[in-house]
Amino acid sequence: MPAQPDVAAPPSSASRPAFDWRSFRSRLDVKSAPYLYIAPFFLLFALVGLFPLLYTAFVSVHKWGLVTGNQGFIGLDNYQAVLDQPRFWQGMGNTFSIFLLSSVPQIILAIFIAAVLDANLRAKTFWRMGVLVPYVVAPVAVGLIFNQMFADQSGFVNAIFANIGLPAVGWHADAFASHVAIATMVNFRWTGYNALIVLAAMQAIPRDIIEAAVVDGASRLRTFFSITIPMLRPTLIFVIITSTIGGLQIFDEPRMFDQIGLGGNDRQWMTITMFMYEVGWGNQRNFGRAAAVAWILFVVIVVIALLNYWLTSRIASSGAATAKLHGASRLLGTTKGDRR
Amino acid sequence: MSAPQMPVGMIEQVAGKGAARAARRRRGMDQGIRRPGWLTYLMLAVILVICAFPLYYAFLLASTNATYIAQNPIPSLIPQGQFLENVVRVLSADIKFWQAVINSVIVAVTTSISVVFFATLAGFSFAKLRFRGRNGLLAFVIGTMAVPTQLGIIPLFIVMAQLGWVGNLLSVIVPAMVTAFGVFWMTQYLSEALPYELIEAARVDGCSMIRTFWHVALPAARPAAAMLALFTFVASWTNFFWPFVVLGSSNPTLPVALQLLQGTYFKDMALIMAGVVLATIPLLVLFVVAGRHLVSGIMAGAVKG
Repeated sequence: MPAQPDVAAPPSSASRPAFDWRSFRSRLDVKSAPYLYIAPFFLLFALVGLFPLLYTAFVSVHKWGLVTGNQGFIGLDNYQAVLDQPRFWQGMGNTFSIFLLSSVPQIILAIFIAAVLDANLRAKTFWRMGVLVPYVVAPVAVGLIFNQMFADQSGFVNAIFANIGLPAVGWHADAFASHVAIATMVNFRWTGYNALIVLAAMQAIPRDIIEAAVVDGASRLRTFFSITIPMLRPTLIFVIITSTIGGLQIFDEPRMFDQIGLGGNDRQWMTITMFMYEVGWGNQRNFGRAAAVAWILFVVIVVIALLNYWLTSRIASSGAATAKLHGASRLLGTTKGDRR
Repeated sequence: MSAPQMPVGMIEQVAGKGAARAARRRRGMDQGIRRPGWLTYLMLAVILVICAFPLYYAFLLASTNATYIAQNPIPSLIPQGQFLENVVRVLSADIKFWQAVINSVIVAVTTSISVVFFATLAGFSFAKLRFRGRNGLLAFVIGTMAVPTQLGIIPLFIVMAQLGWVGNLLSVIVPAMVTAFGVFWMTQYLSEALPYELIEAARVDGCSMIRTFWHVALPAARPAAAMLALFTFVASWTNFFWPFVVLGSSNPTLPVALQLLQGTYFKDMALIMAGVVLATIPLLVLFVVAGRHLVSGIMAGAVKG
């Protein structure tokens, strides 16, 4: 084997009649390189993404402790045990409550902010950067800050309430109020980010369509709801799906909402991921049951994501979406209409 | 109108950006709409204040002490004088804050470099090389973005325990070395930004595939690579759940250290807020320097990391 480095000559310059090592190497290079270059992703995903997820199913049907390890197959007992715990259902309820309180206002606000940013502003970049500031604050830090702002006694929000004559709210004591506080943290961090995504989609809407509507005598509001919103559909689907996947796994913000991190005295803001952590690494140290919780949540996320997809595409189906939008259509675009 | 007007694009090429902007303004074609009124700016200002206030609030509390906070639920908008004092207390607190800073830097830097390298490699392959199964594999990559992999942490933890990596930074770095988002992002960019002619030219000149990648694709990918590095850095710096589970208090990253700070000194809000501010400053600096790239990154990709 010639001790040459990777400089493969063009095939034509090789002229030996017998086995052509150089052109063989070059051909091998061309054939194998594409697979070699994408291999790291697939290897890593197999090892830290797919395998753990499938293995979770395996762990969930075994008696398995954090310290003790695998102690044998027990069928669906873990699922039974989990479903029998009131805490599990409480966690599910809390998670959905927080999720709804954070996703619905967030989408509406993001569309509103995007519409404001879509105006022909001076210092565009400054305003756009402004709404993105919360994104660089870690969820843990957001949790700590808002924990203090929403303190039941001598908290910032309650003090403001007192000043304008409203009664104090038990932001930690009351279950629903704590959900509102935690949802506020999520909204704080992600609304600006999503507004920029929506803004990008708004700017991709061809101006002549909007002008045509205006010429036809549609009011600005009417144009917005009948043209802009339907044209945003692919992007909105994308934003909603991603916020579903992230939102139902929420952990950081509620974990930081008090110093104990279990979700309150009565677990009034304990989410399902916190429950999973408590089962696996807390008092119970039961990996089998924690794995069962993980799988149940996995199925729930898939179902809700599909449901959201179906709902969003029905609600906003009145207008024809152009293919040239950003977001979801772009995501799908690469798989379908591929160049060459 | 007398003479035929020069297109603005041409003005930009001939006379520069400023002239083009002036021409656009003269012709009133700034996207064909007039400037918005003061009400719009007022709304934006309110939004901006809401976005920035919590962070400023943290700084205000960090410049006081526990007694002041208890007595003044609404702090004075002018910072009090004890910020540095509190910073010193955080740094000397019993939570390995320095180690957390170093750990966070190590994790964020290595994952950013690694993600950019492997994602560009895969993106080059998906965007510019032809091979059997390409479309299917790319669809698979995109599909994995929708998989809530956080739910696989139990087996992942078992694996890390087997490897003896619990409490070791490798357990946080290795799983994050390449992401589906990164691969997708670089594929998108390179398929538009890298002409086939360049690759062919390099090949004709006798470059092997890997040299073509190194000398042609990697330089062409630079703008998108910078954005990807930014997003990866922010995501890594703010990541909590997995480091919290696998590293624990013995070898924390910054978010884990903040959680420890809260658990240990929960009565001392000024101290905790000083920690929050300290942990956020590096990203704020990064944001001031490169925030515009984050903005255009989000708007170009319209993808959530």
